[in-house]
Amino acid sequence: MTHREIEQTLQDGPRLDGGSRRAALGWLAKWLGGALAGAVVLEGGKAAAAAAGTEDRSKRKHRYGMVIDTRRCVGCRACMVACKAENKTPPGVFYTVVFDQIVEPRIDDKPLFMTKPCFHCERPSCTDVCPVSATFKRKNDGVVVVDYDRCIGCRYCMTACPYSARWFDFGENYPAVEEKTPYADVPSPEYNQFRQREREKSPIGNVRKCTFCLHLQDEHGKYDKAKGRWPACAKTCTGQAIHFGDLSDPQSDVYHLLRERVAIRLKEELGTEPKVFYLI
Amino acid sequence: MNSTHAAERSQVWNGELKKGFWLLGICLLLAGLPGLWDRLAHGHIHANYGSIVTWGLWVAAYIYFIGLSAGAFLVSSLVYVFDIRRFEPIGRLAVFTALVTLLLALLSIVFDLGHMNRAWHVMVYPNFKSPMAWMIWLYSAYFAILLAEMWLLLRRDLVVGGRQRNWRGRLYRLLALASRDDSDAGAQRDLKIVRGIATVGMPLVIMFNGGAGALFGVVAARPHWHSGLFPLLFLISALVSGGALLTLVAAIFQNGLTRNRDTVIALGRLVLGLLLLDVLFQFSEFLIAFRGGIPGHIAGLKLVISGPYWWVFWGWQVGIGTLLPILLLVLPTRHDPRWVALAGLLIAAGLFGLRLNIVIPGLAVEEIHGLGAAVASLRVHPHYFPSLPEWSLTAGIVGLGLILFGIGELLLPYEVQERTSHVSV
Repeated sequence: MTHREIEQTLQDGPRLDGGSRRAALGWLAKWLGGALAGAVVLEGGKAAAAAAGTEDRSKRKHRYGMVIDTRRCVGCRACMVACKAENKTPPGVFYTVVFDQIVEPRIDDKPLFMTKPCFHCERPSCTDVCPVSATFKRKNDGVVVVDYDRCIGCRYCMTACPYSARWFDFGENYPAVEEKTPYADVPSPEYNQFRQREREKSPIGNVRKCTFCLHLQDEHGKYDKAKGRWPACAKTCTGQAIHFGDLSDPQSDVYHLLRERVAIRLKEELGTEPKVFYLI
Repeated sequence: MNSTHAAERSQVWNGELKKGFWLLGICLLLAGLPGLWDRLAHGHIHANYGSIVTWGLWVAAYIYFIGLSAGAFLVSSLVYVFDIRRFEPIGRLAVFTALVTLLLALLSIVFDLGHMNRAWHVMVYPNFKSPMAWMIWLYSAYFAILLAEMWLLLRRDLVVGGRQRNWRGRLYRLLALASRDDSDAGAQRDLKIVRGIATVGMPLVIMFNGGAGALFGVVAARPHWHSGLFPLLFLISALVSGGALLTLVAAIFQNGLTRNRDTVIALGRLVLGLLLLDVLFQFSEFLIAFRGGIPGHIAGLKLVISGPYWWVFWGWQVGIGTLLPILLLVLPTRHDPRWVALAGLLIAAGLFGLRLNIVIPGLAVEEIHGLGAAVASLRVHPHYFPSLPEWSLTAGIVGLGLILFGIGELLLPYEVQERTSHVSV
């Protein structure tokens, strides 16, 4: 199997019959969206590109994803804590959540855990519904992001995500980082924007989500595990259950794990094509 | 009891109704002030929706009000597009109702936004793949059409009224926008344009209210919403609620208990037919889902009929909003405009239950089982009941609506005058 074939398999996965129909509808939507967006004066090219939804997968530099080994997960929730520490998310915002008891009846009495970040889908259902193109899939690495300055906080994307991967920032704070405490002055490195948390200022009133800690990428869009520039949850995972990497890179762990083990993705029937896989 | 006696009694009723209307409007508006202050001072902190049930009372109020607006506009099109003279006396009132309820809808949804001051982004950075962008653009066009139609319908009366030497005359001169023409020919020309506008407005309204249904319908992640029936259900519910509200408003403000009693009774018949159609649609939705029995598909419907808020469905939506008014509109009470107006009130109120039952159960089903249990946070919980500030702000918006109606009644010459009756319609 050539590299390209494998990449194709990974991207498309087992297609249901709805695939081609979906593609045709998608094409129509793109065409309509593009035609209309073109007719409207837009600031910058980003919104136009996002509205038109044109993206050639083969031109993408990276295809970041995760492979999560449910057999190695012990349910310690260190990933949740590490994520909070890294991104300084407020109460009620959890870029990753650890579930337990998801399978009933169980085969044995061992608990089953699953950590669930954003799946950064190939065909995200959240981005298309955004009325202002504030959330989109990045061209160079496929990470689904939110433009905090454009987002109006309508929360339509939260209803459209089938995986509950999006969170609304209500403006609450943990007691330790309440306003006027020294800790509150530490900005969040998210998106390399280093925003100070202030009332009524973004990201308060915005929809937030996991970014694969993209602020740890270098200028070429690359992570470096050895130097610690690696998504916080994967870096901290005590059982080494969370594997992160470029799904198209034959050198990466995730690439090999997907070839060697049985992987599943959640709600495959919706055609979202998540880039987070679970080994069972 | 002779007929003059009955007419006198009806006049008294009318006066009492209007008084009650004003009192209710003022009380509700005052009740809304704390909610408004809280929303402006504290943002969303005191709202009870979270990241699972992320749309709450304000979104339900929004789709309720745009439904009323679209419904009222479609009823007005019976007069201005289909030329049905039976409803002529409520033509202007219907357009005014559509305008007021659209304003209330916009207010409800603006307060729901995380960043209210960025609402204009939808105009500058629209994403036409999103049904929400479509909806907003379409109802902006609709708003313009409503304003133009309202003005044209009032223009001649404003010109005539503008000759008075008092504050009212000055107001009318201002509203008439320098128009001086009070000829019959001018009024005829206005009406011709109104017909044109109303004819364009009809497909627009169908698109934007159907589009609001599509906004929910396209969300494949929520099986409770993901049905081809949704845009249609929205349209029919809009017609029912708009017609029902008009029945009530016509009874209060348009001599519906006296001179125009036949119009109110006819409206009652129309609303009954639409309500039965609405029931048929909803029954179809339930029947197909439950017979299919896919757990994810029926989870939301199960919440509706036997969840913690079963009473919203059985008591509010079915009892108050459907069965009781059907009885009132079928039994001999259907010949008395007072009972017909009451049926209108009940239907209009009951359909709010339907709107709640669209928005909330669709979201209250955990997308991945165990999410609410996985983290201890009130924001991550499938249970939702609106907070006091949410109720307060919504009450205030309703109160504002009632007061706008009252002000409209006081200030605008929106009853078709006898002297213009030969040119109206």
